[in-house]
Amino acid sequence: MGALGHDGERAGDVKAHKGVGASVRRKEDARLLAGRGRFIGDMRFPGQLEAAFLRSSLAHARIKAIHIPAHLHGRAFVHADMAGVKDILAKTGLPSFRVSAQPSLASGKVRFVGEPVVMVLAETRALAEDLCEEIEVEYEELPANVDMLRSAKEGAALIHEDWPENVFLVSATEKNFDDSVKNAPIQVTREVRTSRQCMAPLEGKGCIALFDRTVEQLTLWTSTQMPHIVRSGLAECLGLDTRKIRVVAPDVGGGFGWKGLLQPEEVCCAWASLKLDRPVKWLEDRREHLVAAANCREHHYVMTAYADEDGRLLGLEAQAHVDAGAYSVYPFSACLEGAQVVSNLPGPYNLPAYRCRTYSVCSNKPPIVPYRGVARTGVCTAMELMIDAVARAAELEPYEVRQRNLVRPDQMPFTSITGKDFDMGDYPESLRRAFAMVDHENVRARQKAGESDGRRIGLGYAVYCEQGAHGTSVYHGWGIPMVPGIESCGARLTPDGTLEVRIGSQSHGQSMETTLAQVACEVLGIDPELVNVVHGDTAMTPYSTGTWGSRSAVMAGGAVASACERLAGRIARIGAHLLQAPLEAVSVRDAQVVGPQGSVSFKEVAATWYLAPQNLPADIDPDGLDLVAGYRPTVDTGTFSYAAHACVVAVAPETGEVEILDYVIVEDGGVLLNPMVVDGQIYGGTAQGIGTALYEEMAYDEHGQPLASTLADYLLPGAGEMPDVRIAHMETPSPNTRFGQKGIGEGGAIAPPAAIGNAINDALAGLGVEMTVSPMTPRRVREAVEAARQKSSAQRLAS
Amino acid sequence: MKAARFDYLRLDDLAGATAALAEGRARPMSGGQSLGPMLNLRLARPECVVDISRLPDLRRVEARPGGILYGAALTHAEFEDGAVPDPTPGFLARVARGIAYRAVRNRGTIGGSLAHADPAADWPTALAALGARVHLVGPAGTRELAVEAFILGAFETALAPGEIITGVVVPRRSAQARFGYRKSCRKVGEFAEAMCAVLVDRQSKVHRLAIGATEARQLVIAEAGAAIDSPEIIDDILRAAGLAADPAAFRLRREVVRQAIAALATEGQPA
Repeated sequence: MGALGHDGERAGDVKAHKGVGASVRRKEDARLLAGRGRFIGDMRFPGQLEAAFLRSSLAHARIKAIHIPAHLHGRAFVHADMAGVKDILAKTGLPSFRVSAQPSLASGKVRFVGEPVVMVLAETRALAEDLCEEIEVEYEELPANVDMLRSAKEGAALIHEDWPENVFLVSATEKNFDDSVKNAPIQVTREVRTSRQCMAPLEGKGCIALFDRTVEQLTLWTSTQMPHIVRSGLAECLGLDTRKIRVVAPDVGGGFGWKGLLQPEEVCCAWASLKLDRPVKWLEDRREHLVAAANCREHHYVMTAYADEDGRLLGLEAQAHVDAGAYSVYPFSACLEGAQVVSNLPGPYNLPAYRCRTYSVCSNKPPIVPYRGVARTGVCTAMELMIDAVARAAELEPYEVRQRNLVRPDQMPFTSITGKDFDMGDYPESLRRAFAMVDHENVRARQKAGESDGRRIGLGYAVYCEQGAHGTSVYHGWGIPMVPGIESCGARLTPDGTLEVRIGSQSHGQSMETTLAQVACEVLGIDPELVNVVHGDTAMTPYSTGTWGSRSAVMAGGAVASACERLAGRIARIGAHLLQAPLEAVSVRDAQVVGPQGSVSFKEVAATWYLAPQNLPADIDPDGLDLVAGYRPTVDTGTFSYAAHACVVAVAPETGEVEILDYVIVEDGGVLLNPMVVDGQIYGGTAQGIGTALYEEMAYDEHGQPLASTLADYLLPGAGEMPDVRIAHMETPSPNTRFGQKGIGEGGAIAPPAAIGNAINDALAGLGVEMTVSPMTPRRVREAVEAARQKSSAQRLAS
Repeated sequence: MKAARFDYLRLDDLAGATAALAEGRARPMSGGQSLGPMLNLRLARPECVVDISRLPDLRRVEARPGGILYGAALTHAEFEDGAVPDPTPGFLARVARGIAYRAVRNRGTIGGSLAHADPAADWPTALAALGARVHLVGPAGTRELAVEAFILGAFETALAPGEIITGVVVPRRSAQARFGYRKSCRKVGEFAEAMCAVLVDRQSKVHRLAIGATEARQLVIAEAGAAIDSPEIIDDILRAAGLAADPAAFRLRREVVRQAIAALATEGQPA
């Protein structure tokens, strides 16, 4: 490209090749792939102490006494030592929501296995663990509430004793639902259950707290997705002015939601660092994560779908339970998941009548935290299994039933039965393309022919839409401790004409250091290599609620564009002066100010402003080349990306083994800032979805003891379990966002349990098997096959 | 979690290592792929860990009458890579490359696997089917036992206090020998939920079958000709061994045994 024309054209190529829509290689990989990232585990400060937490060994018990040997005085701390520290409160504005107070160290009672009871500090983690062994906690064991359905019932031992029942919130909605749907010719009822999971990011949680005397600030280095929110929550708990706290997220090795909260351990370390005036570090290990942070995905549904003979849905009735664990977590609260069940269950379908009631149940398990996909993985599983059940009842192809019920493009923008504003898209087309890519007819032919190895082939589909970047108008109604508003970005042209953009959200795998530099390139024509994206530090970035809800491409992307546009105006004024041209005659492009006769580069503009101000007129705009600007989409109820997943499996009925033979995704994320990065997000999410579908499950015994404490027992999919996922993109721009981009961060994790579950059921339909519990492990498959055989032989005997 | 404090000892000679172990408060460590995690979880708390992975006696490979003696500290990877000779037509490499993950195979050892005696591990079942014998040294001198006599139960062996495995002898098999090996794992590299190894060497009239991944020692049938010819007999064998109580597990075991027998025809020969 360098051979082409003059400088302007060559610079213009930068925008074409590295701006929005280009698959630019990830800038952050220069350090991450070389092992040169800096994570909490890499950090160490002089005089640092390490924390180990003595955690509850029981799911539900009163603490009768804690025996701490005298020599541990000043090294071991209990709740009473932290007098003045407030409990973590995640209230909501929902009228009947019951508030739980979460103490940073257990107070009076323990409510789940793994709850921190005593914090012990020593020079090393190993020593701190040694000291923990010298401490004895006397408990009076109480009945554990392990199963959410029983926990919600009258007579269950109360977890928060001032509550009348173990329920945080009941959410309900009813639209157009009357008894006439009960005359529908097709009525199918199913019970669906999804198991409790851990999010298992590669890097666990961790933090280091220290008081920085040079700025009189408590500094918390922490592995978080939302430094500004942690700062607010911490200030509240510690009773400090927010200005007295700085929160920094260094490199963060995956979050998925587990790092989107204020963690009791963060409060403890911060408190201890102030108390002892020493740096205090805690690093979550894998066992702590599995035991104390099995905190997501556990749903139960009883649903009835009503349809006509053509498989057209007439109504849906559901009762759902979400196991929300022991406490309401800051800031998302215990109700987000359950309320999302109510509003998202109808999915991408045009449903005429709907009734749903959801119980957010309190249980003696770790408190629920929204995990990639949040409630949508559960609702998509439940809804999509129902669609296939309707198809079987109607004796139609599940593909066809979906086509008949999906919202059509001519209905867009569409307001769903739960009031969701679908922005734009062609849902049926995504399904058509998946049908073609997976070669539907060929799979059906292969199924008919049978397999020589005795396995059975199955084909499954799932379609979802994913609300992302939902803003003020959605969140203010919740009344939770944070409401996302206008997203800000700081932009600063540096003295050598390179660019810094500073954002308050945080990149921990989303590639924002690359994609947001591409946004700057798109607006200013500056090479992304000359752009630094600064994030994750409250001292250096404007306020933001952080990275969650598939919001950063839309919100931070929009904010970077706004700030760069504003900066372009400032650059233009200086450039116009240097060009001796009127302001309206110049434009900013290709990292320069272009006038009627000639141009000046950003480098010259910056050099003039910073290094040779004597060359500027006295009445020059004093605001300079450093600013903060804000952004909000024209409609802030969220973007709706969507996808159709299609999956072919081979199931061995005797062993229960499931092999994914093909996996196809047709996705519409609107305009993709960086298609390669989007593919990466989809692959990663799909791997997690496969985990939900087939592998991951934290089981508990009847006393609430978790049955997995290592990765030998809690199975995560690995490279060997990942199929060669084939992705195709549609690009329907969102009319509401800066570039037409939509949030896509979670979608990969939403549909796989549904698509794979439907494929397994399709494979085993001939045996009379229909599974509705995830993960669909080999044991569950074998048990279902065995049960179906016994049922059919009982029927044979009876007839 | 971090391991509790322990002393670490690495000696150059076998006599010194066995002397250090004779006191009873020490544990031998070879590849550390099982003991390592157990130390970190504080499930194993020896006062001293004696590293035997570099003892020359445990690293040797020697021809013996009728077979090959492998030092106990040879790694799974060395078998996988063909870095050591194989007295069978490729069976050892085939077993080794299915053990856990390459990172585990790089360090984990054949002797360590036998000493740990996890019923779901590969070597105990595969070596039992292959008719291997374990060589031991301890305060009372040296001795050797058949694998099925060495393993007494789940995580339970005939090792006396202070005794260690020095090696394992794998008998030579004819070029016509066939080996069916099948395991069912939840995912690649995980411990098996069911496994079966079958050896047929018609030249020497050997028909051996071993069923692993039970909650006890391997079920070894030394004269398995009848079962191999009529796999339906397996149902009775599993019932007699108390492995049929759970219908879903029974279904899996039966299928895995049948597949292992069926594999004799298809994958019994070297590739």
